Amino acid sequence: MNNLVTLPVLLPLATGILLLLLHGRVRAQRLISLLSALGALGLALYLTRVVWTDGIQVVQAGGWAAPYGITLAVDLFSGMMLVLASIIELATLVFLMRDSQLEQERVFLYPVLQFQMVGINLSFVTGDLFNLFVAFEVLLMASYYLLTAGGKPGQLREGFKYLVINSVASTLFLATIALLYGVTGTLNMADAARKVAALAGEPIVTLIAISFLIVFGLKGALFPLYFWLPRSYYHAPPGIAALFAGMLTKVGIYALVRVFTLIFIHDPGFTHTLILAIAGLTMLLGVLGAISQMDVKAILSYHIISQVGYMVKGLGIYTPLALAGTVFYIAHHIIVKAALFLIAGIIVRITGTTDLKRFSGLLASHPGLGLTFLATGLSLAGIPPFSGFFSKFVLLRAGVEAGTWGIVAVSLVVSLLTLFSMIKIYSRGFWGEATGELRPIPRLAYAQVMAPVLLLLTLSVGMGLGAGRFMEFALATAEQLMRPEAYIEAVLGR
Amino acid sequence: MELLTAIGIGVLFAAGTYLLLSRNVVRVVLGNSLLAYGTNLMLLASGGLGRGAAPVLVEGVEVYTDPVPQALILTAIVINFGVTAFLLVLAYRMVQEHRSEDLAHLRGVDDE
Repeated sequence: MNNLVTLPVLLPLATGILLLLLHGRVRAQRLISLLSALGALGLALYLTRVVWTDGIQVVQAGGWAAPYGITLAVDLFSGMMLVLASIIELATLVFLMRDSQLEQERVFLYPVLQFQMVGINLSFVTGDLFNLFVAFEVLLMASYYLLTAGGKPGQLREGFKYLVINSVASTLFLATIALLYGVTGTLNMADAARKVAALAGEPIVTLIAISFLIVFGLKGALFPLYFWLPRSYYHAPPGIAALFAGMLTKVGIYALVRVFTLIFIHDPGFTHTLILAIAGLTMLLGVLGAISQMDVKAILSYHIISQVGYMVKGLGIYTPLALAGTVFYIAHHIIVKAALFLIAGIIVRITGTTDLKRFSGLLASHPGLGLTFLATGLSLAGIPPFSGFFSKFVLLRAGVEAGTWGIVAVSLVVSLLTLFSMIKIYSRGFWGEATGELRPIPRLAYAQVMAPVLLLLTLSVGMGLGAGRFMEFALATAEQLMRPEAYIEAVLGR
Repeated sequence: MELLTAIGIGVLFAAGTYLLLSRNVVRVVLGNSLLAYGTNLMLLASGGLGRGAAPVLVEGVEVYTDPVPQALILTAIVINFGVTAFLLVLAYRMVQEHRSEDLAHLRGVDDE
């Protein structure tokens, strides 16, 4: 029992309510948001440390014993996700504060951002499936607002589709929960894991497992359910896009990993092989989509899809090393992807467009931005010494050890194509003659929007140089995920 | 009772899916709501369809209905209410901006 576990949810909730009361006072809202984000980061780090030394931390909400009440539990995986979420929150906040395009909708921007964090953090700490559904709804509701705030025609149009698709996905999620409840009579993940183990081999269990795969596949943009992502992320306001690209799809992936390492682990020959096949197709089609695009934001959006494939690939191989690769990759991806979307936001500020046909030669006027993009892009493609190289290396090695040669080949090809499309952005957008109208950003504002990008890049380099240390953490996390008995025991207490 | 509920859920899901696939914005919103109703019925059925008993468990009561699905449905209805309200406002604003409620015109392939 450790009440610390509730704080990652309560802190943004309290901050959000406070910010609502400070309606219209932007300066105060900024300051409080920043402090809250810093607090959340410290809290998440401390919590992860506690989990590292003392094992899984559990709270039974309201003191109701495990299978009946709502359980909140934090293991190393959740802890890491909490840390990453608050890092991205911080980076997004610093960026948004300088983004004058958002001037008119500032009114509710900061409070809703906090509510978004409530949803994201709750989905990482909850140990209850219905509670996970509620967390998804909270974060989706906030994301609907953030995506459409400003009311540009494109935003409204894509926002409508995003909302309908996510609403249908949530309905399916609820229906799946109903199925699971009908079969096992429980919603607690740990308890469900036990009950499902007793039912192993029943066809209905496989049906439920696949329903969960579809639901989380939709949220996490897996093949063939990724079609909604590129367009809606394309229209999101710049800073917001970084938060979405970094965190939102990864919440779906987190839930997928959680469910398929805890509950549905008794038929890996079917479920995890299916996941592996889907991972391969997601990687390949995502990167092909990226290659066909000529717009920085569209290319980056398609790369999210292709990289979600990498993460899920580790889950599909399902060995400790592969899961460690997944953990490493998720951490790497969240950081690098958010940085790239922030850079895209800066490009929009300078050139007014992200269409590669309409601007070029940015390197001459903004060498810092160009080199930062190059470094981040190379990290995404998996070039040492950045984090991308080591995370891909771990996944490759796990694939080779498990003898899944097909997926190894696919991921090598996809890596190459990723490098190709990053170089395409760099050579078309940053090299060559300067064309297009440039609107130079004031020096101070430039420094402020670059700061979060550089922070994220530093983290990526740090994760690359300290890959050994981080791998130790990733392996411990994977170890925990591979032995769900510990989680079940921590929650149910017997 | 089980059969009736199953058919009811099926009809709601079928109608919801049909509406969702149409090109009119309002129909899409309605289809979304129908799907949610079907799911609520499904939640109700998941607790077992006992009759003539209250969802209360006290000393001496042998027959009771499962209270959990009812709590879940309550939450789901509230959430769906909020989402539908937002969806309607968004649809209204979208139709205002684009001057069309036909989703075939709202594909947005070429940019504004």
